[in-house]
Amino acid sequence: MNLTTTLSWTTVCPLDRLEPDRGVAALVDGAQIALFHTADGLFAIDNRDPVSGAYVLSRGIVGSRGGVPTVASPLHKQVYDLRSGHCLDLPGVAVARHDARCRDGLVEVRLRQEG
Amino acid sequence: MSGGDLVVIGNGMVGQRFVDALHARDPEGRWRVTVLAEERRPAYDRVRLSAYFDGVGESDLNLYTPHDGVRLRLGEPATAIDRARQVVTTGVGEYHYDALVLATGSYAFVPPVPGAELPGVFVYRTLDDLAAIRAYASGRRVGAVIGGGLLGLEAANALRLLGLSTDVVEFAPRLMPVQVDQAGGAMLRRYVDELGVRTHLGVATSAIRPGPDGAVAALELSDGGTVDAELVVVAAGIRPRDQLARDAELPLGPRGGVLVDATCRSADERIWAIGECAAVDGTCHGLVAPGYATAEVVADRLVGGAATFPGADTATKLKLLGVDVASFGDAHGTTPGCLDVTFTDPATRVYAKLVLSDDAHTLLGGVLVGDASAYPTLRASVGGPLPAAPLALLAPDGGGADAGALPAAAQVCSCNAVTRGDVDAAIADGCADVPALKACTRAGTSCGSCVPMLKQLLDAAGVAQSSALCEHFDVSRRELFEIVRVRGIRTFSRLVAEHGRGRGCDICKPVVASILASLGGGHVLDGEQASLQDTNDHFLANLQRDGSYSVVPRIPGGEITPEKLIVIGEVARDFQLYTKITGGQRIDLFGARVEQLPLIWRRLVDAGFESGHAYGKALRTVKSCVGETWCRYGVQDSVGLAVALELRYRGLRAPHKIKSAVSGCARECAEARSKDFGIIATETGWNLYVGGNGGFRPRHADLFATDLSTETLISLIDRFLIYYIRTADRLQRTAGWIEAMDGGLDHLRAVIVDDSLGLCAELDAAMAQHVSSYSDEWRDVLDDPDRLRRYTSFVNAPDVPDPSITFARERGQPVPVREHPPGGSAHRRQPVTLGLPEVRR
Repeated sequence: MNLTTTLSWTTVCPLDRLEPDRGVAALVDGAQIALFHTADGLFAIDNRDPVSGAYVLSRGIVGSRGGVPTVASPLHKQVYDLRSGHCLDLPGVAVARHDARCRDGLVEVRLRQEG
Repeated sequence: MSGGDLVVIGNGMVGQRFVDALHARDPEGRWRVTVLAEERRPAYDRVRLSAYFDGVGESDLNLYTPHDGVRLRLGEPATAIDRARQVVTTGVGEYHYDALVLATGSYAFVPPVPGAELPGVFVYRTLDDLAAIRAYASGRRVGAVIGGGLLGLEAANALRLLGLSTDVVEFAPRLMPVQVDQAGGAMLRRYVDELGVRTHLGVATSAIRPGPDGAVAALELSDGGTVDAELVVVAAGIRPRDQLARDAELPLGPRGGVLVDATCRSADERIWAIGECAAVDGTCHGLVAPGYATAEVVADRLVGGAATFPGADTATKLKLLGVDVASFGDAHGTTPGCLDVTFTDPATRVYAKLVLSDDAHTLLGGVLVGDASAYPTLRASVGGPLPAAPLALLAPDGGGADAGALPAAAQVCSCNAVTRGDVDAAIADGCADVPALKACTRAGTSCGSCVPMLKQLLDAAGVAQSSALCEHFDVSRRELFEIVRVRGIRTFSRLVAEHGRGRGCDICKPVVASILASLGGGHVLDGEQASLQDTNDHFLANLQRDGSYSVVPRIPGGEITPEKLIVIGEVARDFQLYTKITGGQRIDLFGARVEQLPLIWRRLVDAGFESGHAYGKALRTVKSCVGETWCRYGVQDSVGLAVALELRYRGLRAPHKIKSAVSGCARECAEARSKDFGIIATETGWNLYVGGNGGFRPRHADLFATDLSTETLISLIDRFLIYYIRTADRLQRTAGWIEAMDGGLDHLRAVIVDDSLGLCAELDAAMAQHVSSYSDEWRDVLDDPDRLRRYTSFVNAPDVPDPSITFARERGQPVPVREHPPGGSAHRRQPVTLGLPEVRR
């Protein structure tokens, strides 16, 4: 069982600021977050692509693989599970995922630091 | 014998092949090679000689490769061989040899008829012959060919192409008597008749008569008839050039030629003969494949090998006057007790014959006229069991001729001697498609006739050739394009709901975005389309390794005014962008953050620039040389054409990027032949080349059409591009698209020049629609607050630049800071965070 440090919710932007099936980058408590709104809901993961080290995951193409909601890194196309942060192409590679929700038309994000 | 002075007499196809083969086997250069050539040109492809009349230039036919340690003496024919002194004499001097290889080829046989020496009578053997025929044909109306064999029919086609009304006189009772039988010859004649070439069979030419001006005017035939002819080509066969050997008192074959044994060695142990001048065990061979075999034998022997002549494969497949003709094995059924199976279809004008052993189990040979698609499988099956029932094999399209039934030893690719066993082994090693098999085995890389067999062998090995785009669509890009076009679908969500499954992915979404853009779907960032775009198309800039973007304004044809050049310099300076000249004659500005892109483009658009589409699968650049405007060699305005083409096709979305270039003369300084479509100026117009690219698998473009007017040229490129966009697969460049096309370049010509599919009007309309609806993507973004909203660093902190993008300086310019730079130079780079641009006034 991972030890999970839970921080507080941060309001990021109105929900209608997010285009369906397209990400945006946000700064939450000084961390770069990639935020997505898909038909499966809101997802937040680290914006940093763990393979290249560039902060670009918010600019990837959103889709699905075998029913799993995904985003593909725009640099070298590795695909990540938006729910868990696991890379579906490279075993052992993952990005941190965070909590995201909508309250009164506003998107809120809460960082999770798993360790 | 393992080294010393080697003299080769003759630099034809076989002579050159010998030098290449020896060079490969003798890398230390133990043999010092001197090649004595009669012609002033080095070796060229005589098999494709007739392509000269299709506009193929001399350089395209060139076969010569220089090697270290090989001297080539052009225009210096050997005049005598002194066997006692081991010396070859030319008009210039003497050359000592330890080994001598005769590769003198053959000469055109001219029957001893009166008038054969008249002005206007030609043979069909060298490029000089062809150049003389072309020059003489100018302004003349009627021509005739003596000889209805392979070469005679090629000559007849050449005269047709030169605009002459043409007659062919053949002594045998049928055309191509060596290759085809009576019924096959009759079928061939039907095609020839239709082309307007008149044939006179079973008659001899008794005299060639001059007109009042002393030049040839008519042929008199042995049946009393006459044929008007202002130009006559004699193609009555070839004879080995054995005079040097004759004078040196070497034994000759019964029908001439230097008599050699199966090792290609003559009666003098230092003298060898290869190609058409050699009578191997008494027989001369007039085809290039057996000639190449003799070259390989002697090259092997000269380095101590034990090769012997494997016997001549006389199988032939060719396209004569647009008709497929093939002949292989015992085509005339001379084996005792053999059986014939024949198929004749007057409606489709197909004739086929198989010759079988007396028990009908073994294939001995055959003839195909009108449809030679079964040839590769049949030829590979000669000497073995039939791969299918005879009737199935002979059915048009060779439907029954499945390579899966071939034995492992059967030769699949005769050009490169690749057996089925070789191909199966490559498949077992992981080759999963035709391009991989070509790269691994070389099969299919020469004439290409075995490519369908390679596909069949992949199928037979159970390698699935799925055309599904990805897990969301079971169809290929090409099929998807048709679905979108025919059903008028305008959104990805409807397309995936009705014709696919799931939510899409980074493969199918950009494909659909590209299809919608190609079909005139409006701005690429409008509505749902924006979410389909790859990040480059989403931000209309090129993503770099550090998450920053680069910017490339369009510079049509590479022509730019000093004022515009200064604007680019000022923008680069003010935004502190790394600046580099691209290979496509434009300027790439690196290191821009997303929120800077609109600011940069505001400046560029105000100065008259527009998007260069460097970020898109789209037309990139039309590169040009400076052309006749300045260059003392230029013959056309290459820059003017390049600018016009780039402006016409800018913004055109395609399955892959498209590049082009225009050269103002044959010197080809714009490197047009490395482009998807390249144009090279001629004295009278433009030559169009298609299917070239640089990159991982470089490929020269193929000549598609010659001496075009600008109007015709543009029409052909319009159709080429739209047909490519509609029918190519995902990420397939024009080269792979043409290679994968059934019928290849000929098919492409039929579709876009002859309109064989009735598509041209539609293709023209699609391009007209593109040209009229073009609008600059960047200007449209700057004019629209909704589109501009995307260019934000952080949705909740738009004023904070991305802190992860930092730069060091290298050679006076900013470059990304890398965690682990190559060469360990990290310590020299000091990161600095760049703020907003400093604007100078």
